[in-house]
Amino acid sequence: MLSSLVGGGGLLGTSPEMLALFVGFGLVVGVLFGFFGMGGSFLVTPALLMLDYSAPVAVGSGMAFVFGTAVIATLKHHDLGQVDYKLGAIMITGTTVGIEAGRASVYYLESLGLASGVISVAYVVLLGGVGAMVTRDALTGGGWGGGGDGGDGGVDHEAADRELDEYEIPEIAETIQRTVRIPPMVTLRGDVRVSAWVITAVAFATGVLSGFLGVGGGFIRMPAMIYAIGVPVPVAVGTDLFEIVFSGGLGSYLYGQGGGVNLGIVAPLLFGSALGARVGSAATAVVDADEIKVYFGGMLLVGSIAVGIGEVGSYLGNPTLELLGLVLVVGAAVVVAFAVLYTTVTSLRVTRQQRTSAAD
Amino acid sequence: MPGLAVPTWDPETALLIGVILLEAVALYAGYGGLERLFGPYLMDLLVGGESSAQ
Repeated sequence: MLSSLVGGGGLLGTSPEMLALFVGFGLVVGVLFGFFGMGGSFLVTPALLMLDYSAPVAVGSGMAFVFGTAVIATLKHHDLGQVDYKLGAIMITGTTVGIEAGRASVYYLESLGLASGVISVAYVVLLGGVGAMVTRDALTGGGWGGGGDGGDGGVDHEAADRELDEYEIPEIAETIQRTVRIPPMVTLRGDVRVSAWVITAVAFATGVLSGFLGVGGGFIRMPAMIYAIGVPVPVAVGTDLFEIVFSGGLGSYLYGQGGGVNLGIVAPLLFGSALGARVGSAATAVVDADEIKVYFGGMLLVGSIAVGIGEVGSYLGNPTLELLGLVLVVGAAVVVAFAVLYTTVTSLRVTRQQRTSAAD
Repeated sequence: MPGLAVPTWDPETALLIGVILLEAVALYAGYGGLERLFGPYLMDLLVGGESSAQ
């Protein structure tokens, strides 16, 4: 049994060059995820599609990568007390059904020969939309996703450290809590009382996105949890990770049953991203993510254009355009990851010089 | 159209997902240990004595 995992289609089914590429790409993706708290899987599925993997394999392996990343991040957040287990348990059901609906859609589109094209177009819209919001936020100093609460569609490291009772429930969440009172009502951490159906609806909608695109969906789920349910930001971060472990694990299992999870892709990606995430996370202690968020927004916009170019190349049967798209996706991620590392090392050196001067 | 699937027991797929889970836990523990062992040395190398300056 193990030989079938390690053999055909498994680790040994991937050439050493591709293994090295996946480890390197995982490292880059990990730095971005660790530093910005988002974008862990945005680029993986599009890159796999441009590498000519079938849509189910690209999405399924992307989802298995998200599962592995969520396990690592949840272990890290384990002791921070930022997980609402009741909320997570309710969300798991909705998210899992949503993921399955998304997965069924992928296989249906695949049977029509449309999956790769439709998913690529969805990524163009998604990367372009999120990229535009992040870039606008970086240029105006405003907020999106978590908005003024510091959600940023990802992990706001300062916000995550604040006490839960410092948070005010957003007005829109209060309105939803007052108007949608379909039983059963549940009480969550931070004295949030909300209908279980609101939670399930949020979980299902973001689950469909996850299952269809192979992403964790935290960049949508966290703002949704904050604004639709009224969950404090740190709890939204921890609970999101906790429930992705289960729903992502089950989603990966279902994709795996259809042959959609390739260990030769997932294992090296995880190997690189686990290290990169540590480096990126450590860098947040030195550099303010807001300072270089504009590069991250630019990377997502370039990624959107790159996926579009790759898809046009695929449609026209032009390998040069397909290669250009792939180079742009990977290149943009590499440039931003290097910007993070360079800024971090430079900041550390400046700090050291200042301390040395002060000591003299 | 392939409909919504109800998960059925598949030992090979379970092993596949188990391997990914195991790898994630091993990487978390392994990189954590490496960070404690070589982190200060790497910082010195990159920053030029930052850790000792602190």
